[in-house]
Amino acid sequence: MFRPSTFLIDKEIRQKKFANLLSTITFFLFLPALIIIFWLFIKGYPALSWSFLLDDPSSGMTKGGIFPTIVGTFWLVIISVIVSCPLGVLAAIYLSEYAPDNKMTRLIRLAILNLAGVPSIVHALFGLGAFVLFMNMGTSILAASFTLAVMNLPVIITSTLESLKAVPHSFREAAWNVGASKLQTIRYIVLPNSYPGILTGLVFSVGRSAGETAAILFTGVAFYLPFLPQSVFDQCMALSMHLFTISTQVVGVPESYPFATALVLIMLILSVNSVAVVLRTYFRTKRKW
Amino acid sequence: MKKKIQVKDLTVSYGQQDVIQNLNLDIYQNEVLAIIGPANSGKSSLLRSLNRMTDFIPNAKVTGTILLDGENIYDDEDSTFLRRRIGMVSPLPVGLPMTIKENVTFAPRMAGCNDEKELDSIMEDCLKKAALWDEVKDRLHTLATKLSGGQQQRLTIARALSHHPEVLCLDEFSIAIDPVTTMKIEAVLHELKKNLTIIMVTNVISQAKRLGDRTAMMLNGKILDLDVNERIFGDQVNDSRTKDYIHGVFG
Repeated sequence: MFRPSTFLIDKEIRQKKFANLLSTITFFLFLPALIIIFWLFIKGYPALSWSFLLDDPSSGMTKGGIFPTIVGTFWLVIISVIVSCPLGVLAAIYLSEYAPDNKMTRLIRLAILNLAGVPSIVHALFGLGAFVLFMNMGTSILAASFTLAVMNLPVIITSTLESLKAVPHSFREAAWNVGASKLQTIRYIVLPNSYPGILTGLVFSVGRSAGETAAILFTGVAFYLPFLPQSVFDQCMALSMHLFTISTQVVGVPESYPFATALVLIMLILSVNSVAVVLRTYFRTKRKW
Repeated sequence: MKKKIQVKDLTVSYGQQDVIQNLNLDIYQNEVLAIIGPANSGKSSLLRSLNRMTDFIPNAKVTGTILLDGENIYDDEDSTFLRRRIGMVSPLPVGLPMTIKENVTFAPRMAGCNDEKELDSIMEDCLKKAALWDEVKDRLHTLATKLSGGQQQRLTIARALSHHPEVLCLDEFSIAIDPVTTMKIEAVLHELKKNLTIIMVTNVISQAKRLGDRTAMMLNGKILDLDVNERIFGDQVNDSRTKDYIHGVFG
């Protein structure tokens, strides 16, 4: 009969211990997210109602709802994604598939990495200078969205670049070999296999845009507006900004209001994320290698 | 006999390293040219320069001319059309992550064919030629990446035939395939020879002997010997190293 030596038994035990350690760590990472949502729900519960979601703020933001801020955040996020997604994906395609490996390309890559590290308040000042003043957009939804788009570009470029790189080179060669042009290969082979990665970058940027306060502060978001934005050249209110305002700038706001606002913001981001997760799973199961 | 491909003074280098040096080679219409030789002797690079896959290797440099039907293939800016005329089967099977049908009809679709009936007939024809039809005819809409290695290799062959090439280059097509299937495909190649020119890189010397009309022995980027099979395998060679290689006493 084969009997495991003490070495083998030890190995087995170590293996189990390590696996337990990893699962514990993972659990503790998961915990903060759970606690935050739970806590927000408990504290914000008294304010939660349909009228909170669908009414305008009133009585100096101490009563009423948060409807205009949801509308504002929605516009900011949508427009910034519409601007940054095509730009970012195209730039990544160029860098991954076309750009020769020379000093210039490396410089561009470095610039992208550095852009990712720029604090959002600096992006705000850039947006103020470039979009609001120089391009004469005024403080508007458009200027704020463009600022968010610039802020999100490096995230989208980097994640797209990674997912393009993850498509095996042999796929490209196989397509070239049968006479597909470079563009066709990208369109029919490379891109369809990188959708999951591109989506991940997109989700990150949506989350960042929705939660961002500093970058939109000078460029297009108002503390309080008595009307909904009529066009992209109007200012708007935003959830993140509103949260800041009612937590620190206004007296007499019910305690539950900021919590409920934060909960709405997080739920919005989570729902966008889950749509992306579903899409990603769909693409993954459709194309597998 | 008509010369299909004329290679003149071909030099291919990657960076500083020359992998093919001043190579001259004529390939006749409807012949099977087998290329043998040890690893790293430039066999695959020769094939790659024939369909200009070298365009996609960043530091590759090709000088000299390659004439296909008398026209220099390096004259055109765009090499896409050239690759439709030259089929290429790579040594490692690549099933593109799409269905079997989409794989085989990929080339015609990229060439602009949208007619479902025509695509279906091309698919059936190519899969039959690659000895794969019987195994996959009931699951043409499953993912090609789920096929076994050998099946994927035959799929690659079917794909290479799908754009009706005039020249078929096979780089070690049989390394992932069992002997029985290899024989099936060899029989097919024998049949295809009537309409195609076939260039075949192989490490299996008996395969070169069976299939080739002529055999070239390559070493260090040069052709040591090139002659009809009767002479090459009848020990009537110019270079003793060819004889040694064939008899397995090389190096």
